[in-house]
Amino acid sequence: MRLLRDLVRTPEGAIGFGILAALVLIALLAPALSPGDPLRIAGRALLPPFIDPAFPLGTDRLGRDVLAGIIHGTRTSLAVGLAAALAAIAIGLCLGLTAGFAGGLIDEGLMRVVDAFQIVPSFLLALAFVSVIGASVPVVVMAIALGAWADPARLTRAQVLSIRERDYVASARVIGMHPAEIAFREILPNALPPVLALSAIIVAAAILTEAALSFLGLGDPNVVTWGSMIAEGRNILRSSPSLSIFPGVALVVTVVGVYLFSEGLTKALAGRRLEP
Amino acid sequence: MTLLTIENLSKRFSSGGREVAAVSDVSLTLEPGETLGLVGASGSGKTTLARILMRLLPADAGAIRFEGEDWLTLSGAELRHRRARMQMVFQDVLGAFNPRATVASVLDDPLRIHNIVPKAERPREIAALLDRVGLLASYAERSIRDVSGGQRQRIAIARAIATKPSLIVLDEAVSALDVSIRGKILELLVELQEERSISYLFVSHDLAVLRAVSHRIAVMETGRLTETGPTRQVIENPQSPAARALIGAVPRLVTEPTEGPSHDV
Repeated sequence: MRLLRDLVRTPEGAIGFGILAALVLIALLAPALSPGDPLRIAGRALLPPFIDPAFPLGTDRLGRDVLAGIIHGTRTSLAVGLAAALAAIAIGLCLGLTAGFAGGLIDEGLMRVVDAFQIVPSFLLALAFVSVIGASVPVVVMAIALGAWADPARLTRAQVLSIRERDYVASARVIGMHPAEIAFREILPNALPPVLALSAIIVAAAILTEAALSFLGLGDPNVVTWGSMIAEGRNILRSSPSLSIFPGVALVVTVVGVYLFSEGLTKALAGRRLEP
Repeated sequence: MTLLTIENLSKRFSSGGREVAAVSDVSLTLEPGETLGLVGASGSGKTTLARILMRLLPADAGAIRFEGEDWLTLSGAELRHRRARMQMVFQDVLGAFNPRATVASVLDDPLRIHNIVPKAERPREIAALLDRVGLLASYAERSIRDVSGGQRQRIAIARAIATKPSLIVLDEAVSALDVSIRGKILELLVELQEERSISYLFVSHDLAVLRAVSHRIAVMETGRLTETGPTRQVIENPQSPAARALIGAVPRLVTEPTEGPSHDV
């Protein structure tokens, strides 16, 4: 809670937090804000925006409501982005902790696996993964996480290596604390802050990757996503650019919001560490 | 019975292909209720010796007997259990505590791990420990970052005595403190020693501090023990060049062997 207070004190954090809070509200209230299936045909095709109050952002080639698509797309984008980042950070934390603690051959082995994942462009990895297994939301989440866990793993390991040598860890050993307790109570909580700051960037990257996969037609076809809306609009970009612009703006606002949030988080965490 | 016997302890570090003998062939004994001052310049290996003794570093060769047990062969749960008898106070009053800890949690850990008192009585025991080291019981609620350096070192001492140890290793325990606080902490340590007959291995580079609290002084230089003897003897009549150099660095000690400033020139 104190962290949140510090966070909204920074201008970036306040704006980022505001944007994200609004997006989360939209995502949660999507069924109320725009009832019914956003993929159903709702009206006349290719209605321009700002003309019919029933369809404020117009309709697409099949007569689907663009606003409904964007509102429901918020759900997919946020859900996939958060789930993928969570999975990536969970995997990264576990492997980074293991590598940092175990040291020796286990450390070497795990770090070479991390190298391998960092060398392959994460988007190609996700693309290959989804093409082979098939497009559905859980697969997309796994595919994105697979390309994103290496950074948190590396950061966690570096943190553990540095904290392991601190006096308070020696002090915990001296009083006879069990190694598992040292790992989870003394080291992990202090290793977390920079990984937390990184996690926001991973969320932003995951949202973009999901949009890119959907744009290429590799997203889940049964849910509406901003990426698939942009792809849909691309065919008639010259006559109806708004079909691509609106979901594009939604994507930009979300990613900027996440980045500002992460910036504020980094500042709040740094400010905390400066305290005596 | 001798509390602690260190025999022919050696430890080498290799850095960049170069071997450095941090501790070579050191032998020491420590009696119950005694303070042994371990003095040496930076890099003389005194902290390494303390860390080997605390089982924070492995030794290359040698043996340590502590309370009649072969201390270096203990491992796992047995070692963790026996650690209650030998505690340590660190130099860095900030770094020795988890930054997320509260005063209460710092003192609760040893009580819980070694089951010193039943769970329900721990808050009372924490208050008693704080009181013993001269702090108010209300400090228990505070974050460890919200107390001053001297108070933090008092808390470190409270943590060290929580498990009722027979030996406390003090690694430069007052070096980071303000001179005005230093004397009070030393007084507290001496009081605790008289009250509970704890032995101290007091590691320091500062002979003035060691002279005030040590019964005997051991001088280390480049990993070797060059001289051991009663405090007075080592300070007034140093035999080794290392001891003479350390005393030379504190000229006041040679000209003023008695306590306090003397005016009869």
